Amino acid sequence: MERSVTVEVNGRRYERSVEPRMLLVHFLRDVLGLTGTNVGCQTSLCGACTVLIDGRSVKSCTKLAVQADGRSVTTVEGLAEDGRLHPLQEAFRDQHALQCGYCTPGFLMAAKSLLDDHPNPSEAEIRKGLKGNICRCTGYHNIVKAVQQAAQGATQEGGG
Amino acid sequence: MGVLGTSVKRREDAALITGKGKYTDDLQVPDMTYAVIVRSPHAHARIRRIDVSKAAAAPGVVAVFTGRDLRNEDRGGVVPTAWLLPDIKTPDHPILATEVVRYVGDGVAVVVAESRYAAADAAELVEVDYEPLPVVVDPEKAAAEGAPLVHEGAPGNVAFDWSLGDEGKTDAAFANAAHTVSATLRNNRMLPFAIEPRACLAEWDEGKGALTLHMTSQNPHVHRLLMSLASIGLPEHKIRVIAPEVGGGFGSKIHHYPDEAITAWCSMRTGRPVKWTATRSETNLTDAHGRDHVTRAEIALDGEGRILGLRVRTHAAMGAYLSTFAPAVPTYLYGTLLSGQYDIPAIHVRVIATFTHTAPVDAVRGAGRPEATFVVERMVDLAAHELGLDPAEIRRRNFVPADAFPYQTQVALQYDSGDYGPALEKALQIAGYDELRAEQARRRADGSGKQLGIGLSTYIEACGLAPSQVVGSLGAQAGLWESAKVRVHPTGTITVYTGSSAHGQGHHTTFSQIVADRLSIPVESVDVVHGDTEEVQFGMGTYGSRSAAVGGSAIAVSVDKVIAKGRKIAAHLLEAAEGDVEFVEGEFRVKGSPDRNRSWGDVVLQAYLAHNLPEGLEAGLEETTFYNPSNFTYPFGAHVAVVEVDPATGVVELARYIAVDDCGNQINPMIVAGQVHGGIAYGVGQALFEHAVYDEGGQLVTAELMDYALPKAHHLPSFELDHTVTPCPHNPLGVKGIGEAGTIASPAAVVNAVVDALAPHGITHLDMPLTPEKVWRALQTQDRHQEEGS
Repeated sequence: MERSVTVEVNGRRYERSVEPRMLLVHFLRDVLGLTGTNVGCQTSLCGACTVLIDGRSVKSCTKLAVQADGRSVTTVEGLAEDGRLHPLQEAFRDQHALQCGYCTPGFLMAAKSLLDDHPNPSEAEIRKGLKGNICRCTGYHNIVKAVQQAAQGATQEGGG
Repeated sequence: MGVLGTSVKRREDAALITGKGKYTDDLQVPDMTYAVIVRSPHAHARIRRIDVSKAAAAPGVVAVFTGRDLRNEDRGGVVPTAWLLPDIKTPDHPILATEVVRYVGDGVAVVVAESRYAAADAAELVEVDYEPLPVVVDPEKAAAEGAPLVHEGAPGNVAFDWSLGDEGKTDAAFANAAHTVSATLRNNRMLPFAIEPRACLAEWDEGKGALTLHMTSQNPHVHRLLMSLASIGLPEHKIRVIAPEVGGGFGSKIHHYPDEAITAWCSMRTGRPVKWTATRSETNLTDAHGRDHVTRAEIALDGEGRILGLRVRTHAAMGAYLSTFAPAVPTYLYGTLLSGQYDIPAIHVRVIATFTHTAPVDAVRGAGRPEATFVVERMVDLAAHELGLDPAEIRRRNFVPADAFPYQTQVALQYDSGDYGPALEKALQIAGYDELRAEQARRRADGSGKQLGIGLSTYIEACGLAPSQVVGSLGAQAGLWESAKVRVHPTGTITVYTGSSAHGQGHHTTFSQIVADRLSIPVESVDVVHGDTEEVQFGMGTYGSRSAAVGGSAIAVSVDKVIAKGRKIAAHLLEAAEGDVEFVEGEFRVKGSPDRNRSWGDVVLQAYLAHNLPEGLEAGLEETTFYNPSNFTYPFGAHVAVVEVDPATGVVELARYIAVDDCGNQINPMIVAGQVHGGIAYGVGQALFEHAVYDEGGQLVTAELMDYALPKAHHLPSFELDHTVTPCPHNPLGVKGIGEAGTIASPAAVVNAVVDALAPHGITHLDMPLTPEKVWRALQTQDRHQEEGS
């Protein structure tokens, strides 16, 4: 029996009827066509599917769509605002923090959540804060640098 | 100063950081269905009966097929092996097993349904009656007498028995040696673990009799060729293979698997588009795995620590079937690398490749070369330990001297260029080697707390396999050239069609740089098309660190041909002799009279207007090259790992990692560094964390991330990189290859470091991965022995 869910995704309201067992990530990808969020492991261990629900990072491969009913979801498609890239997106490009790009949306969302909580993290805090996400291409070196760049930019902006 | 050698930001990234990049599973087409493959839970069993009736009647199911349904009488239904060796056994590999399953994950049926969920539900309803049979999973035990047979046609489970080098000369070297050291080295099986699982979308067009297949591929033309010849049987021009964005490969997306053929057959049988996407555990069960060697190695030295001989005998697991390029990996990509950076006068290697009831083994990042480097670099360290020499010193004493190039090894390769000493000295200097040794001594004297270990790995890599005549004589059923078409549009912008097929390497950026540099035009004026058999002429794809050296060189040659034709046109327009016209800074000039010139844009436009071309010259400006290199390229380098080992817990922390690599000229240093970072992490994963473990019954007990540990951000330090530059002497760009260097060097560096830290406890070797439990247990055992002995 299908259930009706109402979810705000990237600022837009969607009302859809879904099977109660449908995973949030499949709802985003297959029902709404927002394929930026990727599936890597289906066990909430690789972090490729990370999105924000009400501003907190969540692995959407182990959440049901019905659990997002009435809530606000942000995916990588919603990170840029008014056509301007988010500082994390800029930093990932500047620092060569992605290669194949498959884990990147998840890293961007996890890093956003990290910086929202800790605007000025140390390298060790960044590494620890991103341990829920796996990248097989970069060895994390440049991802750490990118998060540092984004943090510095935000601090400077806030301070200036 | 041209754009070559500068860190141009990646042109790929705009789509990938905004979620707009389209990977295979992102694709949706009208009327699309979903396939789920039913797989064997047994490692070895006879199929008594398959009953699909309940599955076929389940809601949303479009069709259910078994192996007998997915082939025509005269064609299709098997996946081939594309590298053959003398006396090799190549048993049939049906795309779906009909009589016997040979590993957990072997496909037996496929369900096609209207949704992912309906297909998965119905797959549970396929009833298969199995008669379990005995199992063997270890490559050495598989060769033992009485081991269960994987294939009746392969006695002793031997797929091939291969040797290289002079056995008599090697025996003589050992007979005259002052010192010999031997060891048994197990090279742990790895999952390739691209974060994107394998997937494909097949669309059969009944009207055209043609198939379009989007798939996770590192080499679309190779996939099309193998499907045409063996698994599908359609004429090649009726198959279009497209690799959209590909989420990492590491070798696993080179090979032709049954799955894309099954999906294609499903679309041909149902007349509807069919998408198949592996689950994580499914891709881990069925991707071709890497490594899995058991090696007995012996090294012979004189009294001064100079290597006299190396003798290697390896059992290499092939898994249940011979995967696409599997036979090349433990032979021509392994045995040939056993001279390392050293002048070794006698080497003999024998490789016994065995079938096992496991997933097939094939190329995974590095492919044979990490295994070879591990053997050489561990044996050199063991020898240093035996002789009481510093690991750096024994290497210095044995390097191929800089004036000895080109250097002919005892294992077939001729190294084109190299200068190994400076890279090692640079790495030691960055590491602060002497201070590290002093700190190590302090901690040892102290006796408590974390112990310091320093490990070296001075590696050689052979990449860009070539030339085609040679690889043909070694067994390749393909040439290993690369193609490039450079199409100049009438307004002077350019589209490059390359047979390389990037999946994260940044070719759009680096290949644009090659063109922009040669023509003095902006990088933005160049676009690169790859990964589509209908758009690209032909291509061998991206693997083995070949794309810059072979694919990039093909582009460079095509650009030079474009310039040559442009010069003819310019000379005609300038009323000058062709030989007097040069192409400088983006314009064609008469030598000595720079104001007599025609701009690039003008000459290009004239080529298309064709109002006034030299007699006999065709209109248009577009050139194609099939570049066939004259040799491999030989990148090299020196890596230093610094570890801290806690004897109380066995935890190994990688404290620092220094890499000095020489990949010749660098097209884009930012991308080179990125490749090194990722390569190091991949090898550190093998050394410290990763192990694909089969139990005795053939179950892969590490099929999920819960049980298979990958390196995460907090496991690794920031890496300290530097480089030397020894240009490749035989390609137009002087480039070598860098995609695998880190993975080749780092397992040996890390293990050497950990063993170095544990040396006071009498530990001389530990097999990877060096988990806390393994290190702790070794310490307990050794310390007990030492206590008992004292």
